[in-house]
Amino acid sequence: MTAPNHRWRKFKNAWMQAVTFACAILVVAPLVLVFYHLVKEGFSSMNWAFFTQLPKPVGEAGGGMANAIVGTFILLGQAAVLGVPIGVLGGVFLSEYGSSRLNWWIRFTADVLNGVPSITWGMVVYALVVVPMKGFSALAGGIVLGLMMIPLVMRTTEEVLQLVPNGYREAALALGIAKWRTIVQIVMRTALKGIVTGVLLALARVAGETAPLLFTAFGNHFWTHKLTDPISAMPLQIFAYAISPYDDWHRQAWAGALVLLLLVLFVNAGVRVLTRDRFQRKA
Amino acid sequence: MAAIANNMVVTAPTPPIAANTTALTVRNLSVFFGDNHVLKSVSLDIAARAVTAIIGPSGCGKSTFLRALNRMHELVPEARMTGEIRLFGDDIYAPGIEPVIVRRRVGMVFQKSNPFPTMSITDNVTVGLRLNGLRERKLLAERTEQSLRMAALWDEVKDRLHAPAISLSGGQQQRLCIARALAVQPEVLLMDEPASALDPLATSKIEDLILELKKDYTIVIVTHNMQQAARMSDFTAFFYLGDLVEFDATKKIFTSPAKKQTEDYVTGRFG
Repeated sequence: MTAPNHRWRKFKNAWMQAVTFACAILVVAPLVLVFYHLVKEGFSSMNWAFFTQLPKPVGEAGGGMANAIVGTFILLGQAAVLGVPIGVLGGVFLSEYGSSRLNWWIRFTADVLNGVPSITWGMVVYALVVVPMKGFSALAGGIVLGLMMIPLVMRTTEEVLQLVPNGYREAALALGIAKWRTIVQIVMRTALKGIVTGVLLALARVAGETAPLLFTAFGNHFWTHKLTDPISAMPLQIFAYAISPYDDWHRQAWAGALVLLLLVLFVNAGVRVLTRDRFQRKA
Repeated sequence: MAAIANNMVVTAPTPPIAANTTALTVRNLSVFFGDNHVLKSVSLDIAARAVTAIIGPSGCGKSTFLRALNRMHELVPEARMTGEIRLFGDDIYAPGIEPVIVRRRVGMVFQKSNPFPTMSITDNVTVGLRLNGLRERKLLAERTEQSLRMAALWDEVKDRLHAPAISLSGGQQQRLCIARALAVQPEVLLMDEPASALDPLATSKIEDLILELKKDYTIVIVTHNMQQAARMSDFTAFFYLGDLVEFDATKKIFTSPAKKQTEDYVTGRFG
C-alpha cells in the first residue's frame, strides 16, 4: 500500500500545514501589533486627568478627554434609541412575518446599506439634518450612528430569531396564544441573549466611526450641554490630536485609541460570556 | 382580554359528555398545500372520551389531518382547505372564528417535546393561561398541580417546580408538554407521535397516561407504531396517499379489516 512518492507527499503535507499556520498567525498578528503600540505609546497618558479633565489649550501640558468620552456615550445612547427599536422590530418582521419576495428585497437592501461607506452616511445626514438645522449637533451625530446601526441590528436579530426552533412557535400557538404574544414572550425571550449580543456588537462597531461624525457631531473642546450643539467623541478627538503637530497631543491620541480599543474588546468579551452561557444550557 | 381571562377562570365542570357522543365531525375534508392535494375528501366522526388512532405510511396525510383539527396546518403559507369540521357542533372554520379560539379548545402535543427553555416547570405549565391574561396566583398554582397530576408528573417534580424545564429527562419533558396542554383545559387533545422519540419505559408511561386521560378527554393520536395503536386506541383510521382507506373500531381494523390495503399495512406487508 505504500505509494512510491510517499515521502514527497508527507513533505507536501507538512509544508502546506506550515503555510496555513503562518497565515493564521498573520491574522492574529495585527491585533497584537496594534495593542502593543497603543499600550507602549498611550499607556503613560492614561492617567486620572485623561478621564476627568477637558482638553488643555495648545502649549499647556496635561488635560484629558473627559468630554470626548462622555460625548461618545451620549452619541451611542442616541444611536441606540434610534437604531435598536427599528432594527429589532425590522428583524422580527423579516423572521416572523413578511413574504419571501418582500423579505428578499429588504434583506438585499439591508446588506447594501451595511456596505455603504461610512462617510456617505455622514454626507447624507449632513444634507438632511445639519443643513436644515443650520449647524452641527450631537443630534445629527446620534442620528447618523443610529441609521448605521439599523441594518446591522436588523440582520442579526433576524438571524437569531431564525435559530429559535419552530417547535416553540408551534407549541405556543397550539395553546391558543396569539401570534404577537408568541413572538414577544416565547420567540424573542428565547433569543434574547442573541438579540442583546447583536445590539452590543453593532454599538461597538459604530463606537469607532469617525468619518460620519466629522460633519455631523463635528467635535467640541468643551462640555456639550444641549443636543443641538456640536459634541466631541473619542474618534473625533483622536483624529484631531493625531494630525496635530504636538507631541503631548500625539500621546493623548494614542491613549484615546487605547481606550476605544479596550471598549471594543470589553464588549466583545462580554458578548462571548453571554453566548457561552447560552451554549452550555443547550448541551 | 378580560373576557378571555374570565373564560379561563370559570372552571365549571365540563358538562358530562355521554360516552358515545361525537366530539369531532369531519365532512369532505380536503387540504391543499399550494398545488399539492394532501388530504382527499376525508369524512369521519371522532368519538368523545375515546382514543382514536391515525395510522398510515409516511406522507399519507395523517399529520396534516391532525393539524387540520385545530387549524395548525394554516401555519403553512399556501395551505387551504375545503369541507367542514365541527367540534361538538361548532363549525371551527366558520367565518369570524379565529384559529386562536379553536386551539384553546383543541390542544396539541408534538412528536419532539418542546418545553420553553427560558421557563421553569411551573411557568411552562401555566404559560397558556398566563399569556391569555390569567393573573391570579392561587388559581395558577392550583392549575399547575392539577395539570401535573393529570400528566403523572407531579410526584417527580413537586419539590423543584421552579427548576428549569429543560433540566427534566426526555420522557418527563414530554409529560410536561402534556401537562402544559391540559392546563388550558381543552376538550380534545391531539397527539402527533408523542412517544416516538422516547425510550420504551418512557413510552409506556405516556401510554398509561393516555389511557387515564381518555376518561376526561377526547384523544386523537397519530402513531407509526402499530402495536401502540392496537394497545391503546378504541378506533383506528388508516390513511394512505391522502385517502381515508378505512375507519373502524380498532379491534376490527387489526383482526378483520374490510380492505385488503389495510390488512397489508397492519400486518406489516408494506409501509
